[in-house]
Amino acid sequence: MKAYIFRKLIALPLILVGVSILVFIALRALPGEPARIMAGPEATQEAVDLVTIRLGLDRSLLEQYLTFAGNAIRGDFGDSLRSRLPVIQEIAERVPYTLTLALTAYLLAISIGVPAGMIGAIYHNRWPDYVVMIIAIMGASFANFWLALMAMNFFSVQLGWLPLLGANSWQSYILPSITLAVLPTAVIARMTRSSMIEVLGQDYVRTARAKGLQVRSIYWSHALRNAVIPIVTIVGLNFGSLIGGAVVTETVFNWPGIGRLMVDSVRFRDYPVIQGVTLVAVFGVVLMNFLAEMLIAFLNPRIRFD
Amino acid sequence: MTLAPSTVAPRKRSAMRAALSWCGSHVNIVIGGGLIGLIVFAAIFAPLITSADPYAQNLMATLLPPSWEHPFGTDDNGRDIFARVIYGARISLLEVVLSVGLALIVGTPLGIIAGMAGGVVDTVIMWVMDVLFAFPGIVLAILIVSVLGPNLINLLIAIAIFAVPVYARLSRNLTLGLKRMEFIEAANALGISRPRILTHYILRNSVGPLIVQSTLTAGTVILSAASLSFLGLGAQPPIPEWGAMMSVGRNYLGVNIWMSLFPGLAIMVMVLGFNVLGDGLRDLLDPRK
Repeated sequence: MKAYIFRKLIALPLILVGVSILVFIALRALPGEPARIMAGPEATQEAVDLVTIRLGLDRSLLEQYLTFAGNAIRGDFGDSLRSRLPVIQEIAERVPYTLTLALTAYLLAISIGVPAGMIGAIYHNRWPDYVVMIIAIMGASFANFWLALMAMNFFSVQLGWLPLLGANSWQSYILPSITLAVLPTAVIARMTRSSMIEVLGQDYVRTARAKGLQVRSIYWSHALRNAVIPIVTIVGLNFGSLIGGAVVTETVFNWPGIGRLMVDSVRFRDYPVIQGVTLVAVFGVVLMNFLAEMLIAFLNPRIRFD
Repeated sequence: MTLAPSTVAPRKRSAMRAALSWCGSHVNIVIGGGLIGLIVFAAIFAPLITSADPYAQNLMATLLPPSWEHPFGTDDNGRDIFARVIYGARISLLEVVLSVGLALIVGTPLGIIAGMAGGVVDTVIMWVMDVLFAFPGIVLAILIVSVLGPNLINLLIAIAIFAVPVYARLSRNLTLGLKRMEFIEAANALGISRPRILTHYILRNSVGPLIVQSTLTAGTVILSAASLSFLGLGAQPPIPEWGAMMSVGRNYLGVNIWMSLFPGLAIMVMVLGFNVLGDGLRDLLDPRK
């Protein structure tokens, strides 16, 4: 276990370094002069020169990378070309919106996906199982922005029950979080179902049944507790796809999170923001995956990490 | 020798019964394959299915609801949505073939080389793959598109790049498993060259799992491509790409829902088809069954 954590702790910074190199190279691969692009289309030659010096573009590639990485560690991603505000300030203002949306969606997905998967497993190969499976398979096949458009059209435009855009009240969370939760709900339901089916066939569950334990106790205390590891795995390691989904959902609902910030930045070719948001999002995902792996290792000491 | 009709008929019947029984025990393959077959049929025979031109504008017939003349209605430029959805199948299949193909061509050799070579080569290749894998797919694609510029080809390259680690990891794991098998040791002992072992022994035995993975990745490719086109970072109008069509339809919510509804349903059918087919193929090729 200790060796496993040690290996992961060594791998973590290596991945982060790799991610930063990729983001660094991406900007240098831009067609044209990076300093002119970073300074903006209407920038004077002095401004371009200033950016060149600030980013160290007149120095060697290694020196440039070290400056870039040093600045990134301090949270200095430069200034937005659009708002002229520091990128880190723009990101800091948006992160809470993305996190609350992601968290709400995850809570929703777990609270629906786990019981649905349990129902599927308990009624294995009977009609409730088929219903759960069909809904889960369909749920994994929808484009979340299509669901968003349909929900907006019905609940906001036709019925006028919920806000159409923005994040101005608690009602604003309903449609974006439901839309974002559909895919993880489907994945969690399928994973819960298959783990529970496996656990329900184990000897100790049969013994519990033979001992005459209450059915509810068997399902919740015996079966679900042992099926929890695959569920935690899927929840923890799918944080990245949730962030990916948030990029689209936030744009559809005009949600002021980092996903929309990134898409807007691409449209305006605001490269410092693209760079900053990418680094923050990927670092967040890598850290979440790391924490999930630690939690899984903690929950299941039998796992052989070789 | 010719067979008497009386013996041919029972044989035909038993073959049909066997086929039906196979379909009954491989429902996923039948349903998934059927849905994908439908999409491929629509893509190939689009001009026979609809006589309407997916690009032809008619400003006298904009934003019409479904009718006999326009089964899915018309868009803001008076173009027939049904024709655009049917021709859109070609774009989506192109996305799948190019992105999955490119990811396979790059990822599989990398994984096999990493698995066979081991040591530093393995560590470096897998480090690069882990770095790419650390990115949420859409975020990496947006980063790449922001550098290359938003168009369909760049979008496909971006999607292929984020799919490469999936194939590299899979083929590496398969290679590591196969490397220890006796028939590979025998091939080594017989002095068969390394490239031949790679292509004739390792690659051939990896084909099954790679096909399953390709089918499962296809669904993700379609959703990612449609998402990026929807965000304006992929296929640009007037290309009848389903995501791009919904991006325009988004401006007409409450006025014309058909512009968004039908392309979205087409995406759902295609992704569902690939996912179900992938599940079925995985079950079929699962050695534990």
